Amino acid sequence: MTEKTFMAGFGGQGIISLGQLWVYCAMKEGLEVTFFPFYGAEKRGGVARASVIVSTKEIASPLVTSPDSSIVMNMDSLPICEEVAKKGGLMLINSSLVKVDPKRGDLKVIKIPCNDIAEGIGDVKIANMVMMGALSKATGAVKLDKLEAVLKTFFPENKHKFIPMNMAAIEAGMKAV
Amino acid sequence: MAEEKRLMKGNEAIGEAAVRAGCMAYFGYPITPQNELTAYMAKHMLDKKRTFIQAESETAAINMVFGAASTGARAMTSSSSPGISLKQEGISYACGADLPMVIVNVARSGPGLGGISPGQADYFQSTRGGGHGDYFHLVLAPKSVQEAADLTYKAFALADKWRMPVMILADGLIGQMMEGVVLPPPVDPASLPAKPWAVGYQDASHRPNNHVTSINLVPAELEALVKARFKRYEEIKATEVRYEEVGCEDADLILVGYGTSSRVALGAIEMAKAEGIKLGLFRPITLWPFPAKRIGELAAKGKKFLTVEMSMGQMVEDVRLAAAGKGEVYFYGRCGGVIPTEDEVLAEAKRLLGK
Repeated sequence: MTEKTFMAGFGGQGIISLGQLWVYCAMKEGLEVTFFPFYGAEKRGGVARASVIVSTKEIASPLVTSPDSSIVMNMDSLPICEEVAKKGGLMLINSSLVKVDPKRGDLKVIKIPCNDIAEGIGDVKIANMVMMGALSKATGAVKLDKLEAVLKTFFPENKHKFIPMNMAAIEAGMKAV
Repeated sequence: MAEEKRLMKGNEAIGEAAVRAGCMAYFGYPITPQNELTAYMAKHMLDKKRTFIQAESETAAINMVFGAASTGARAMTSSSSPGISLKQEGISYACGADLPMVIVNVARSGPGLGGISPGQADYFQSTRGGGHGDYFHLVLAPKSVQEAADLTYKAFALADKWRMPVMILADGLIGQMMEGVVLPPPVDPASLPAKPWAVGYQDASHRPNNHVTSINLVPAELEALVKARFKRYEEIKATEVRYEEVGCEDADLILVGYGTSSRVALGAIEMAKAEGIKLGLFRPITLWPFPAKRIGELAAKGKKFLTVEMSMGQMVEDVRLAAAGKGEVYFYGRCGGVIPTEDEVLAEAKRLLGK
């Protein structure tokens, strides 16, 4: 199994955290992982992108050029993801912010209103966690069953109170697929 | 008990491996894409009461490494391409003074300031003695975060063993990406072998002065020193060559790549396998000494080579020299910070094989 994912959104949406947590969990589940972020020189905003691969075998190129799955967190990211997505690939769209459909007809599209779900739980900042739950359910590549332990090492102690909220977001994302 | 696998950026893994190798002094100056390495050293060297200095320039940093290494301490600097150019004078002096040190180049695209995206166009500078004078030094090229840690750790031991600078030639992708890594065990700096040539500490020993210098104004003496150093280079060529080989023996075409390019080549090889095309991978790990002998053997069997680089073609010259006209050598490269894709490399391989 090899799952190559391309993630994109605007700076601040938590694309980098999403990619890091995805590979962190995958590593804890015994998979080979690689995470390569790229973003511009902007202090805020701009498009944040991440190439993420999880696999049962040694990973060749860390650069994802033809992703099995892509994550579109905002409008600006849609054309970027459409350009690279593999033929017949999976595309997870944050439908709270992306109101149009992809131009390509070959993609398997799943729409998740990440911001709305996150606000319902209590904070729009966890929209990325909703998306990660959806990605786990839709691909089956990473189960995320070790996420709670991972979050404890990922966040400093004084942020641990937010872990239940993040776990709720993951669950809601899984249910939304 | 084995260390737990950690998720780390390449730059941070290099830093931690250096700390564990017993690096007692780090001197650096910020430049993208290696900043996390300097930041990591700032935090962890000071925690361990070791020396960390953010110098006023790259030139100052390499000369500080010269000073620290002269006292026998394991010392290191890091930078990225334009900064490494600035360090070349110091590297030449260190090679002339037979000083062990570790220099990390997380290379970006050039020439000049170029861009901050990954590049492999510093191959010539790294492997040909980038400063003035007759010299070489070991150059190690990691392909992953794990190998970046392992080779950095090893570099300190090799530098001490051969009394020469060792360069880690990575690139922005290796530095910036995160992968799982199992770190090597910490070395107790006090347990390392003594360096009787080092300067300082005479208050306790009252030994005669040692001189660590590259200057010698007597031509016959300097010639003898350079010749002795070149004799050592021959020993290094005979014992320290490292490479990885995948399916070369029965390949119709062997892809040659180091670092990031070798990962792209491996991807192309896997795609080719699915189409029934036999490609091999030859990955030099030591860029100097270059694994010329093994490439020569493969060339003598009539193998063809496609060298893949993130440059306009630099290592390909070493592949050609090694193949010595016995095997055809082709080149595919991207530059300016563009990373070649697996599809592009496969397409070029198929074109060469007429498939």
